Amino acid sequence: MAHNLAAFLYLVSGILFILALRGLSHPTTSRRGNTYGMIGMAIAIGTTLILASPGFGGLVLILVGLAMGGGAGAYIAQRIPMTAMPQLVAAFHSLVGLAAVLVAAAAIYTPSSFGIGEVGSIHAQALIEMSLGVAIGAITFTGSIIAFLKLDGRMSGKPIMLPGRHALNAGLGLALVVLVVVLVATESHFVFWLIVALSLLLGVLIIIPIGGADMPVVVSMLNSYSGWAAAGIGFTLGNLALIITGALVGSSGAILSYIMCKGMNRSFISVILGGFGGETAAAADDGIERTVKQGSADDAAFLMQNASKVIIVPGYGMAVAQAQHALRELADTLKEAGVEVSYAIHPVAGRMPGHMNVLLAEANVPYDEVFELEDINSAFAQADVAYVIGANDVTNPAARDDPSSPIYGMPILDVDKAKTCLFVKRSLGSGYAGIDNTLFYKDGTMMLLGDAKKMTEEIVKAMEH
Amino acid sequence: MAETALDRAMESLETAIEGVREAASELSQNAEAVGDAAAAAAQGVSGGAIDPFIFRFAIFVLAIFVGYYVVWSVTPALHTPLMAVTNAISSVIVVGALLAVGISASGLATGFGFVALVLASVNIFGGFLVTQRMLAMYKKKEK
Repeated sequence: MAHNLAAFLYLVSGILFILALRGLSHPTTSRRGNTYGMIGMAIAIGTTLILASPGFGGLVLILVGLAMGGGAGAYIAQRIPMTAMPQLVAAFHSLVGLAAVLVAAAAIYTPSSFGIGEVGSIHAQALIEMSLGVAIGAITFTGSIIAFLKLDGRMSGKPIMLPGRHALNAGLGLALVVLVVVLVATESHFVFWLIVALSLLLGVLIIIPIGGADMPVVVSMLNSYSGWAAAGIGFTLGNLALIITGALVGSSGAILSYIMCKGMNRSFISVILGGFGGETAAAADDGIERTVKQGSADDAAFLMQNASKVIIVPGYGMAVAQAQHALRELADTLKEAGVEVSYAIHPVAGRMPGHMNVLLAEANVPYDEVFELEDINSAFAQADVAYVIGANDVTNPAARDDPSSPIYGMPILDVDKAKTCLFVKRSLGSGYAGIDNTLFYKDGTMMLLGDAKKMTEEIVKAMEH
Repeated sequence: MAETALDRAMESLETAIEGVREAASELSQNAEAVGDAAAAAAQGVSGGAIDPFIFRFAIFVLAIFVGYYVVWSVTPALHTPLMAVTNAISSVIVVGALLAVGISASGLATGFGFVALVLASVNIFGGFLVTQRMLAMYKKKEK
């Protein structure tokens, strides 16, 4: 096939990818967008197959690889529970990172297949682009694995702080730059693998000091990295589809990181430097005996049934307890009784951007009952009951009122402005940020101690009596 | 004496002619160089002399801007599907893997390409299907 036609087709698939993202501006157009994405991918693969025109053996190998990976991917996609979405996305990022490293390795061993010169005389420019792609790819790979382990609970969410880690990371970064220069000068395969090894190490070191509560930022950041890695390889191969996609994914992840940081009122730098969350703050031990009002499921049922407006505030705890279906039942029962029910979502609720929305959608909650922070925050003052289930730090009034609080300035949901705040919680401990929630001690707050799912089910039962 | 004077005059004339000749040939060489430069400049205007990297870089920068505006218009409720679908499309890196498997002569490169192909395929199918599964769940209120 003419190379010009191929380049044109790659451009078409890049444009289809743009349309795929564009579709996500509204739920009704999103499904069509996803189809555009699939068509774009099919065009890119088809074009490459015709361009490469592999022999029979090669074609068989390609089909086997596609079937193996595709089968595994389809199986995972069907089986994965929605609550595990953050882990899944982190795991998928790691695959893109590793694939980038391997493609670069293939390119350095047989540059002629990719049209970037011969072994020993690869164009310097291609080597620079390749080493950027490979370094970012390797960082994405190990970084995402650590993020996956933390999100999946196989590794503690507590930050791991190595002594002198900033100096260590800076040193590794500097060493990488030197190695890239050496690689361009010598095209040594050994130096190439050294770059891979250092980047793998750097990926681990960057992510281990970041605490569980900052995971939404980390997942978005790794999303961005996987895009830049793809773009680096795209420059090496001179492939338009890869360059466009890399730029799209890179900027998408960067924007999401920004939104998440803003949701926590933290700077991106301070998140990256890590060390936040994990330790329990000693702030609660100020010697003042504070009283907490506890309630039962029956009390909660009574309060909610007699309310005219209830706002539900879900958080990560709802995901852990898988309480979204019980919550939907609760909302249905309330709606039958003529109570107005809506949902309020904080930008950083859950462990990844939009995590809560997906879980509520899974439980068949209509998306037009679910509101973002800025759209619903003023409505709490008119609400009779705020039902907080599994959220904690994002409701802490200290973020609004107490300048000495570590989370001061973080936008919060004003649940304390509702007439009554029902707060479902397993125990009176502090949240992920390790900060005592002053909401617990307010007059209008009633604590419902127990598992989020069980408590919600009990309330539903109590309402039916 | 007169003869020698004449000889000297002839000699100096010859060197003068030589000088002129040299100057002329130098000039013509210069003219050639000037011509070359003009041609190169003309080609430059038509795009031939610009490194293809610049064009790729331009596309890259423009795509970042497109991404910036498109992603800001994504509704926050769909941020999880956004991450899943960006993940799926970034596995278009499979084109590199296909080239490595399809036309590499070296066994090592084919091996790397094959593993990359499997990983990227997991992502392509997994990413698009899980996005589809998520998006199918977003429903409007039943009226």
